[in-house]
Amino acid sequence: MNFATDIAGIVLGGLAAGTVLFIVSVGLSVTMGLMGFVNLAHGAFAMFGGYVVVLAMNRAHFGFGVALAVSFIATAALSVVLERALYWPLYRSGELDQVLFTIGLIFIFIAGTTILVGPEHQTLQLPAALSGQLNLGFVRYRTYSVFLIVIGVLIALGIWLTFERTRIGGQIRATVDNRRMAESLGINVDRLFTITFAFGSGMAAIGGGLGAEFLGLDPQYPLKYLVYFLIAVSVGGLGSVIGVYYAALILGVLDFVLTLYLPKGGTIFIYVLTILILLARPQGLFGRKEL
Amino acid sequence: MRRHRLRWWEALPWIAGIVFYFAFPDYLGFGCELLVTILFALSLDLALGYAGIITLGHAAFFGAGAYTVGMLASYNIWTEPITGLLLAALVAGAIGFLSGIVLLRTRGLTLLMLTLCIMALLEQAANMGAAYTGGFDGLPSLPIAPLFGVFDFSALYADTQYLFALAVLFVCFLFVRILVYSPFGQSLTGIRENVSRMHAIGSPVRRRLIVCYTISAALAGVAGGLLAQTTAYVNLAVLGLDRAATVLIVLILGGYGRLYGAFIGAVIYLALEHFLAQVYPTAWQLGLGLMLVVIALFARNGILGLAETLWRRYENRRGPS
Amino acid sequence: MSRRIITALAAAAAAAIAAGGATSQAQAQDVKIGLILPYTGPGAELSPQMDKAIDLYQKLHAAQIKPYKYTIIKRDSKAPNGAAAKVDTQELLTQNKVDVIAGYIYSPDAIASAPVITAGKRLAVIMNAGTAFITNLSPYFIRTSFTLWQSSYVMGEEAAKYLHAKTAVVAYTDYPPGKDALNAFKYAFEHNGGKVIDAIPAGGPEATPDFTPFFQRAKDEHPNVLFVFVPAGDQATAVVKTYAALGMKAAGTQLIGTGDIVPDNMLQGMGDAAVGLITVHHYNADLDNPQNKAFVAAWKKAYGPDSTPDFTSVGAYDGMAAITHAVHATKGKIDNAAAAVKSLEGWKFNSPQGPIEIDPKTRDIIMNEYLDQVYKGKDGKLHEKVLATFHAVKDQCKALAIGPCAPKK
Repeated sequence: MNFATDIAGIVLGGLAAGTVLFIVSVGLSVTMGLMGFVNLAHGAFAMFGGYVVVLAMNRAHFGFGVALAVSFIATAALSVVLERALYWPLYRSGELDQVLFTIGLIFIFIAGTTILVGPEHQTLQLPAALSGQLNLGFVRYRTYSVFLIVIGVLIALGIWLTFERTRIGGQIRATVDNRRMAESLGINVDRLFTITFAFGSGMAAIGGGLGAEFLGLDPQYPLKYLVYFLIAVSVGGLGSVIGVYYAALILGVLDFVLTLYLPKGGTIFIYVLTILILLARPQGLFGRKEL
Repeated sequence: MRRHRLRWWEALPWIAGIVFYFAFPDYLGFGCELLVTILFALSLDLALGYAGIITLGHAAFFGAGAYTVGMLASYNIWTEPITGLLLAALVAGAIGFLSGIVLLRTRGLTLLMLTLCIMALLEQAANMGAAYTGGFDGLPSLPIAPLFGVFDFSALYADTQYLFALAVLFVCFLFVRILVYSPFGQSLTGIRENVSRMHAIGSPVRRRLIVCYTISAALAGVAGGLLAQTTAYVNLAVLGLDRAATVLIVLILGGYGRLYGAFIGAVIYLALEHFLAQVYPTAWQLGLGLMLVVIALFARNGILGLAETLWRRYENRRGPS
Repeated sequence: MSRRIITALAAAAAAAIAAGGATSQAQAQDVKIGLILPYTGPGAELSPQMDKAIDLYQKLHAAQIKPYKYTIIKRDSKAPNGAAAKVDTQELLTQNKVDVIAGYIYSPDAIASAPVITAGKRLAVIMNAGTAFITNLSPYFIRTSFTLWQSSYVMGEEAAKYLHAKTAVVAYTDYPPGKDALNAFKYAFEHNGGKVIDAIPAGGPEATPDFTPFFQRAKDEHPNVLFVFVPAGDQATAVVKTYAALGMKAAGTQLIGTGDIVPDNMLQGMGDAAVGLITVHHYNADLDNPQNKAFVAAWKKAYGPDSTPDFTSVGAYDGMAAITHAVHATKGKIDNAAAAVKSLEGWKFNSPQGPIEIDPKTRDIIMNEYLDQVYKGKDGKLHEKVLATFHAVKDQCKALAIGPCAPKK
């Protein structure tokens, strides 16, 4: 086999897998970094978003892009309602009460989806332009993977710019670093958190929709992939957007390489990598404070 | 030190356990599951409630104990139940000790993820060694020797299993109770509440945490071994995230750091799950989820925490003394 | 709050006990069937397909069931760890005093329950679980579903004979059915002159892995065929889509598998990517026989035109037929497990999947396997056509006494 195309295939496949992980996990990282809130139900918003995309496309015959936009708005709206009604009383509780609450929420989402839509797996039909293979000149590769990688770069860049160049981004960074100081400077942390929470959940929804091609979509989704989201966030470092991006890409590529050459190892690599990284850098690759 | 004294209501769980045996002879299989879960949650309470070690990988030790009993029985090497549990404790404790040395330097989310990953590694190892562990399909129909050479473990009616599990839980509970009220236990609580102070007064913090984690792991191993014996079956699920997360939820629901939280949490959680699932096999998770959300919102530190708050309010209203 | 919960629990417990007491006084004509399926957890999407088939059987065959009446008590086996299924089995036998047990989607559920079935002495009809050796674990098990050895063995033979493949790569989900599929395919393929050049374990049964690295590896090895086993469900869709997206067909590798990669109820969601796939299975909804025509028509009438029965439905349907036969043969005394099992040994039935029989030696199903190919019909929908039929296929694992199927010393 041609060595160059091999490398290209690995890099593209791994980056695509990492990008899905990034888009779903980035909101979780920011909310956990900002409020220290252990939101295990983050995957439930990704699932909700995925279902909105699939139902909008299959039943209302929306296009893929429109369905994703609708899903972002619907999920962000739902998350604001839940955040104001249920989440905020728990901000000052211990992390274990937050675990209890968010696991309860996952159960409600699983049962709710099963009752309302049904227990069966949902399939998403990609638009023709995104299926099949794309000729990149030096290699032909799965069009959708390339599309995902490009989208991932745009999203990471967009969020990074927001964080670095806008007022609200500055406020978020200040709050992640030192919440008390930020509050005393007159930053409305509650409102800031609502906005970030809505945005993070909306991103999760996009991730649920974009990732359905790889991860599938059924009521068990929030539990099935919870570990992967947590790994991306902890390896990247809490509250660090760029950290999650790099962590997801690094894990995606390394896991891809190792499974390709040593498939007998199964899913062992992702765990070994996580253990090694966290033992070497307990705050995560790009984290500034203890987790 | 006043809390050290036994109080009258501490006999209640054990009376209830014996009454259950006579009142619900057809529910003893479920009863065994309940007792095993209580023991498992109790072991977690030692690590989480008393030493403040937040772990999402406690099923690693539960599974190690279950596989110790299961594999020894399946290959007809060792089928005696009581010594089997001691071996399970030994193996699980050893794994707890070794992983504790490496992991307990970290805290918080890092520690949580590391414990989770160690458990996942063990699960993968058990899957790769499926030729010996039975993998996903497990080791079927484990031969367990009669208790004291007399009392058989019947597959249909779990009466011997139930009484055996109750006795094991009682012994383990006594051990844990003595431990947490000992000076060692008090120093653990000190570590949980203020690490830097304990460092300052020269307490060997990390060594104590490792000892506690090892004991907790050994007890979890006993719980796992007990599951293998009472169900005569062990498969990969004993090492899974499902089990680790469930026991964490059970303990938080009941209230951690108070010994009896494990009892209350396991009874409420499993009973609700069991009976809701009988009535609504497809939708019971909704009821369970609602309960968890409500408890998390309205109680601080689980059901026992809520009971304590209500009790204090009641005492205060009765008249300031 | 806690008091309210306890009150509710006590009420639920009382209701459950009352229900148990009430049904135990039922008449002799009443046959109580305990049905154990995963209504929640990873297997939840399979249960409705079986539930619907069981309801449909009773509706279509009310005349045959008479003068008996079936009461079905459903229990959730939850996550596939065997624990819940075992307690379910115990309680169905001791509290509800059921006459027969049925269900078991996942093998661990049947395996963990085997000692209970043996001790409780009731017929247990396995309607889905496919690990080959299960029927050895209790003399009261009969199986109306399948083993992976049946479909994969035939696929191995036909990959060499029909497709003239010389080399194959196998990708399989890393749990017992996957390993059964691998072993059966490899055994048959290599005994017919082929060579399996790589066997790739592709993730576990619960979370859907990214199949790209596994298939990339297979593509680089240039085999004639890629044989895949994954559990029917969301993994199947991901397999078909990844195969198409990597352009493996153009690279000269044909995707083949057991019917699990093209389950009837998911076929339409796979789109054109599935066209041309070749699989071996004991059932597809397009099978051209009178029983199946009637079955599928009745199904669509009852559950809507978009709903389709699949092989799990047929396993449940045939299981109900087996119970009906045993009830009549024992004159209602189906709770005599030995007699019930005896009446089913050698039992023959014209199922929607074609003629089936229960092997009197192994209590396992003997059935036809079909070599199928997916094509796009004039109605714009995907269908399967039968390329070849293989009659009365036995479970080769037990026939050849290989590995875990060999009698234990």
